[in-house]
Amino acid sequence: MHSVKLVPCELTTEPIVTGSSVLGVQCADGVVLACDTLASYGSLARFQRVTRFHQPAAGVVIAGGGEYSDLQQLFRITDNVYRQEFCHEDGWELTPRALHQYLSRLLYARRSRLDPLYNTVAVAGKGRFLGMVDMYGTAIETNLVATGIGTLLALPLLRKRWHEGLTMDDGLACLEDCLRVLYYRDCRALRTIQVAKVSDSGETFISEPYDLGNLQWKVAHAVTEKLMI
Amino acid sequence: MAGVGSGYDLSTTTFSPEGRVYQVEYAVKAVEQSGTVIGVRCVDGVVLAVENLRSTKLLQPNSLRRVFAVDRHIGIAIAGIGPDGRQMVSRARSEAQNFRNVYAEEIPPSLLAERLASYAHVYSLYWHVRPFGCAILIGGWDETSGPCLYIVEPDGSGYKYRAYANGKGRTAVRTALNKLNFDQLTCADAVSEIALMIHQSRDIAKDKPYELEMAWISEVCDRQFARVPMSLISSARQRAELEHQQMEGDASPGADAAEAAGTNVMEES
Repeated sequence: MHSVKLVPCELTTEPIVTGSSVLGVQCADGVVLACDTLASYGSLARFQRVTRFHQPAAGVVIAGGGEYSDLQQLFRITDNVYRQEFCHEDGWELTPRALHQYLSRLLYARRSRLDPLYNTVAVAGKGRFLGMVDMYGTAIETNLVATGIGTLLALPLLRKRWHEGLTMDDGLACLEDCLRVLYYRDCRALRTIQVAKVSDSGETFISEPYDLGNLQWKVAHAVTEKLMI
Repeated sequence: MAGVGSGYDLSTTTFSPEGRVYQVEYAVKAVEQSGTVIGVRCVDGVVLAVENLRSTKLLQPNSLRRVFAVDRHIGIAIAGIGPDGRQMVSRARSEAQNFRNVYAEEIPPSLLAERLASYAHVYSLYWHVRPFGCAILIGGWDETSGPCLYIVEPDGSGYKYRAYANGKGRTAVRTALNKLNFDQLTCADAVSEIALMIHQSRDIAKDKPYELEMAWISEVCDRQFARVPMSLISSARQRAELEHQQMEGDASPGADAAEAAGTNVMEES
């Protein structure tokens, strides 16, 4: 008889391939999301043109950061939910808010099982919905979303520039500026980005990846070790 | 022991000396008593239709459905015992889901038919289960070969058809189906053809009122499962009733008027 060695079950304790920040802003005529197209392998910029957006149905877009394989799994689970709704044919469709809540329950359940999905997800939808869920299931519905290091670097900038009546185009410009700052400061960021717009009525547009452009490195010399303290 | 099977019909595990499995044949009988079910593969899609018999006027319109969505590109129509059919639909949905989870692609309708046939077959092999009292029509869109129609029967056999009918009016409808030109038939044409076939196959004196339930997977709805619009069904049905009246007008003008008035339970919702 062989002896069985009892060891505690070890689950993923750290993500391997990761995406960085996701930003979102609620505007007067809809919602805008933006993030870069990078999936890093540690500090290596491994996959430079992957989408971190997903559109499970008309009028809803989700975007996420964190472990990329978990994100793919999360997208698949979301698709399944929508497919089940399709088959029910009861005339009811999942609202963006309902999806937001669903993701919150999903992530909370997984973390409670000590097997979390390592993601922070932003949800944008028709009716000017904007929300985010972190890997513990904390669900927040706000007018501004920034995840990961974006919470520290982009959120203050967004708060400063946000105002009532901000149009989607202005909102997008704000997000691009924030992504520039993130590209300067976040070592896991990329200058190729993608944006998604969802109008009030549910018209959805996800852009192709494009270059941020207009980067300004002239001030780089001012950032010295002395200044960084 | 008197009766049809004479002792050989008590279990699916017993063959009769002539090589028949009576329990399975009884299941087929259950299908044949059902309201007529029709499936037609057209050039631009596949149409599933059911003569949904209404046992009482108290039933809500559009309740107790017999056509179901299984996946975005597949639908199933049930002939026979409703609950048995719904069990098949439920199984079909999980098969479709499972295939997606494994291969990240939609299940080919042919494979779904194969798997459901195996599922039905298993229920004709053991004494502790009874066969499914339903035949199902699987209408789907295959990525490589386009629209298609498959049938799974209670004995676990599966077939691919251009057009198929089962239930009470099957004989008349099958004759009518044989006359269709499948190389040119569109879904829109099929809807009116089917309405007429179902109407003509009915026994005016005996049959219960019915609702015409139709769904299609066609080019017009993005190759996705969709119910045929109620307005389209109603007008097809009205035309069918009119046409039927004209055809039989000389023979018995009185009976058809009663049929038209008595059975029109379809309501615009």
